Amino acid sequence: MGQAIISLRDVSYRYPQASPQRRPALSGITLDIAPGEYVAVAGANGSGKSTLVRMLDALLLPTGGTVSIDGLDTREAANRDRIRETVGMVFQDPDSQIVGATVADDIAFGLENLGLPPEEIDARLAAVAGRFGLTELLEREPYRLSGGQKQRTALAGVVALEPRVIVLDEPTSMLDPRSREQFHALAAELWSEGTTIVYVTHLLEELALAGRVIVLDAGVIAFDGTPRELCAAPRRMEALGLEPPLAVRLARALSRRGIELEPPLTLAELARSVCG
Amino acid sequence: MSRLRASATPIGRYHPGDSLLHRADPRSKLVASVLYVAVLFLVRGYPPLLLMAGLLGAGFLVARVPPAWLYRGMRPVLLLAAVTFVFQLFFYGEGATAHLGPLTVYQEGIREGGFLAARLVLLVLSGTLLVLTTQPLSLTDGLARLLSPLARLRFPVYELALMMTIALRFIPTLLDEFERISLAQAARGADLGRGGPWSRARNTLPVLVPLFVLSFRRADDLALAMEARCWRGGRGRTSRRVLAFGWRDAVLAVAVAAVLAAALWIGRFR
Repeated sequence: MGQAIISLRDVSYRYPQASPQRRPALSGITLDIAPGEYVAVAGANGSGKSTLVRMLDALLLPTGGTVSIDGLDTREAANRDRIRETVGMVFQDPDSQIVGATVADDIAFGLENLGLPPEEIDARLAAVAGRFGLTELLEREPYRLSGGQKQRTALAGVVALEPRVIVLDEPTSMLDPRSREQFHALAAELWSEGTTIVYVTHLLEELALAGRVIVLDAGVIAFDGTPRELCAAPRRMEALGLEPPLAVRLARALSRRGIELEPPLTLAELARSVCG
Repeated sequence: MSRLRASATPIGRYHPGDSLLHRADPRSKLVASVLYVAVLFLVRGYPPLLLMAGLLGAGFLVARVPPAWLYRGMRPVLLLAAVTFVFQLFFYGEGATAHLGPLTVYQEGIREGGFLAARLVLLVLSGTLLVLTTQPLSLTDGLARLLSPLARLRFPVYELALMMTIALRFIPTLLDEFERISLAQAARGADLGRGGPWSRARNTLPVLVPLFVLSFRRADDLALAMEARCWRGGRGRTSRRVLAFGWRDAVLAVAVAAVLAAALWIGRFR
């Protein structure tokens, strides 16, 4: 593990409009993420997941502690441009993040902001469009796209900027299962090329894709480990407001009937240990 | 549904195509339109007007706009032109008289009324041709570039252009949301679209208020997403759309310049 690309030290955050009696949205968060990690961030609604990841792109600044991205403190205004070039972000609602009037214009938006020459913009645009299956859709207006196509457009717009970290904030919660799987495959591919992935989700099936899971509960880190470790403690998961994945629940039901299996993470694993 | 209704009229709508006019630089089309309108108000008398009508007619032919479709959209304008004409008939009370069926009117009134009506129609048609052959996005882009010298005077040209683009991009989204909220309110027993104009206007309130709240939330989210994608204002920004003065623009410039100059020349003797 080299130097952490994301580093949080005793970070807390309180929304400015929140009443002082309420607990802060985040408190005492200390966390290091190394380059090339695939980290899932889970937790019940209101546990602080979105607040946490917005800290990573200097969209929110900590009210206590420090957040550094690649060694740059997010509170320094002079660092913000470089931080946002390092960290790309895809949000939950595709309709609220597509700026361009066409797919091509939207993918180009970030590139234009960086002030790249038009030839470079066109080259990168063509490359990501080809990669994300959007070449045929480049001149489409956003309202004529499906949910999955919109979210692929949003991801393409971020990937075109070649960030070292991509934060995905519940990107599949508005997608159908097939588009969801396509999106997972794209995320996995980006990760295998060395991009650090931070994936916010409350879908437990999505946790299995990550190498590391961080669970937030009421603004503090309640769990930090591998998905397998998390699923080995189903009762603890439930206490954190998470429902164990189907495979884990099935294995538990089987063990209650006296059938002991290797604790599985996915249905495929369960099937293998049942048949093997 | 609203989208279907909107597509019924050609005025203010882009008509997809691949013609010389479609592919010309939006800046040359904008400048040509502005000059056209200026000359339209400078010339007097029918001969120059006829010349200018010919230019516009050629434009519509080149752009391959279906005449029947255009006529359908122009009907309200033609009605307005007819009213203008009739109004002018009774405005003039001097000079030679003429008989128009049972009515006695003045020749000057007919001439002037016809001229004003024709000018009105040409005015609307010229704007229509511009919008029919130019995508809204290229139009805002062209406008921003024409105004870009103002950026040096700290006039926020790029920001304004982006605002227009985003507004255009969100029209269908907002229409969808309007539809959805209307249905949701109707499902709760709201009585939309009934009664007189006053109660109908009042009844849209339960739709408009949530629509506004939603739009503000969306605007917040969008601002966040734009910041995350390195938006830092217009300075230092480049554009993927390279606009260049091509042969199409040269053709357009020569044709428009020749006809407008001729119209001014002929109109001079009036």
